[in-house]
Amino acid sequence: MQDLKAKERGAVTSPAPRPSLAQRIGRALTPLLWLGPALVLITVVVLWPVIEMVRTSLQKISSSGVTLGYRGGGNYTDLFGEDDLIPVVLRTLLWVGGIVIVTMVLSLALGQLLNARFPGRRVVRWAVIVPWAASVLMTALIWKWMLDNYSGIVNRVLLDLHLIDKPVNWLAHPTQAMFWMMWVAVFVSLPFTSFVILAGLQTIPGDVYEAARVDGAGHVRTYFGITLPLLRPAILIASIINVINVFNSFPIIWAMTGGGPGHKTDTTTTYMYKLAFYDQNVGESGAMAVVNFILILVMVLLYLRAARWREEVR
Amino acid sequence: MTTRSAPEGTLSRAPRRTRKIILAGVGWLVALAFLVPYLQMFFTALKPERELTKSPGTYLPSHWTWSNFVDVWSAAPVWTYLRVSLTVAAAATLVTLACALPAAYYTARNRFRGRGAFLLLVLVTQMFAPTALVIGIYREMVALNLTDTLMSLILVNAAFNLPFCIWILHGYFSSIPKELEEAAFLDGAGRMGALTRVTLPISMPGVVTAIVYTFIAAWNEYIVALTVTASPDRRPLTVGIPSFVTQYQAHWQYLFAASLIAIIPVVILFIFVERYLIGGLTAGSIK
Repeated sequence: MQDLKAKERGAVTSPAPRPSLAQRIGRALTPLLWLGPALVLITVVVLWPVIEMVRTSLQKISSSGVTLGYRGGGNYTDLFGEDDLIPVVLRTLLWVGGIVIVTMVLSLALGQLLNARFPGRRVVRWAVIVPWAASVLMTALIWKWMLDNYSGIVNRVLLDLHLIDKPVNWLAHPTQAMFWMMWVAVFVSLPFTSFVILAGLQTIPGDVYEAARVDGAGHVRTYFGITLPLLRPAILIASIINVINVFNSFPIIWAMTGGGPGHKTDTTTTYMYKLAFYDQNVGESGAMAVVNFILILVMVLLYLRAARWREEVR
Repeated sequence: MTTRSAPEGTLSRAPRRTRKIILAGVGWLVALAFLVPYLQMFFTALKPERELTKSPGTYLPSHWTWSNFVDVWSAAPVWTYLRVSLTVAAAATLVTLACALPAAYYTARNRFRGRGAFLLLVLVTQMFAPTALVIGIYREMVALNLTDTLMSLILVNAAFNLPFCIWILHGYFSSIPKELEEAAFLDGAGRMGALTRVTLPISMPGVVTAIVYTFIAAWNEYIVALTVTASPDRRPLTVGIPSFVTQYQAHWQYLFAASLIAIIPVVILFIFVERYLIGGLTAGSIK
């Protein structure tokens, strides 16, 4: 393989004689050696489930998991007939949009803070990392405990501050539960996002600010005129990774409300999970997974546009 | 947050110091806000069981029950959960690196037929988290006869973190001038020698970011483990720990004692690699 590579490099610098067939085959196969393992892993573990999922959505499957043959679009008809579907999809869009926007805004401020010089900055950076290192599930569980209607600390603090006069069962009311779960999702998204913004801030060369200062630009103008535009790649990457993660932030909802009461706090992923493993309706769950998948595909297109924009810059 | 209106050039020493103090104050408040849930976790883990049913709850344990941290090991197979999590996360990280490193390196250094298609495939698969495909994954594992095995968890974690790692490493390798390797070639090193002795050491921030990202993601993975594993001795921490609180029992103190046991090593790891992380994210994902 080594001399093959050497030949390839040689071919770039000097107009080599036309390579023989064996060489051409060898050259065509070299990439496979390097990319093969990744290709196999992606194909078997990521693409196969996609196909399996689509097949499932078209099959009739018994509650014990046995395939009873094809069902055509029946599962989809069932799914679209569910009264809960529209609210669940709308809630998912609100969930993703709300969390990503709030996360991005807070992270821009946090990134700025972590980039500024002050005593103890490293310790603050470490503290901000913690929710990233701690598992999302465990963070969700501690918030569930803090929001406990009986002995949770949130009620205790609010009682002590006389903001409420009796304990509130936060997670039992859909609206309040959604608010708190979105807050937890923002909380666990902040570390990664802030670090990407911080990394972005560190790529901005200091002389750009020097020039702005010489031109007499104020803080606000410098921020909106220089910092934000130069942060665009970081903001783009961070927000897109967030959209994907938040769309799939199953553990938060699963641990805190289980999508309940009823389906009042379900998103597409928890709804899909309940259809398969609670209602034993694997086929309809497959249909939900496909719909979920299409929603994500829309985001893939957004990401591809962003990526093309990124190549343009390079 | 800013305390001055005067232009930078005329800034005297005193306002600059005030600015620093205010920044530090805000910084420490932010740090506290990020730590509050985990402090609460710590205090709850130290409460005696009867105190947990008090209403309203207490801020600090009335009696610091350090024995919870001992008892938790016998209250549930925490050791087994830890071992499973560690095995899955470490193996998944190894598999991911073994697949991502050559792919990222080759695509960064060579133009070849199918390069664009490969990078596109990576980009597209980056869009999918296991959560979105869990029904398909479950059915696949049934078909492969891999349900209730650690192998299924390792494969899923490795595959779904691969795209991010390829992108980070690809960005990093692209940023390293080819000339450095060519110099090593001239000194008689082979391609592998140049890669391992020249390129990889410079790429450490990228490699560390890839390792940390994959390890943490696998360590935290929940839905596939919940779906695919059934035996108690094949459950990772994420699936095992919540069983301390079910409709039949509510040992919150054990839940959080076990959570802390699981969180602290990872937090320490993160603190060690924090510098690398910023460097890795800078070169890899943003450039």
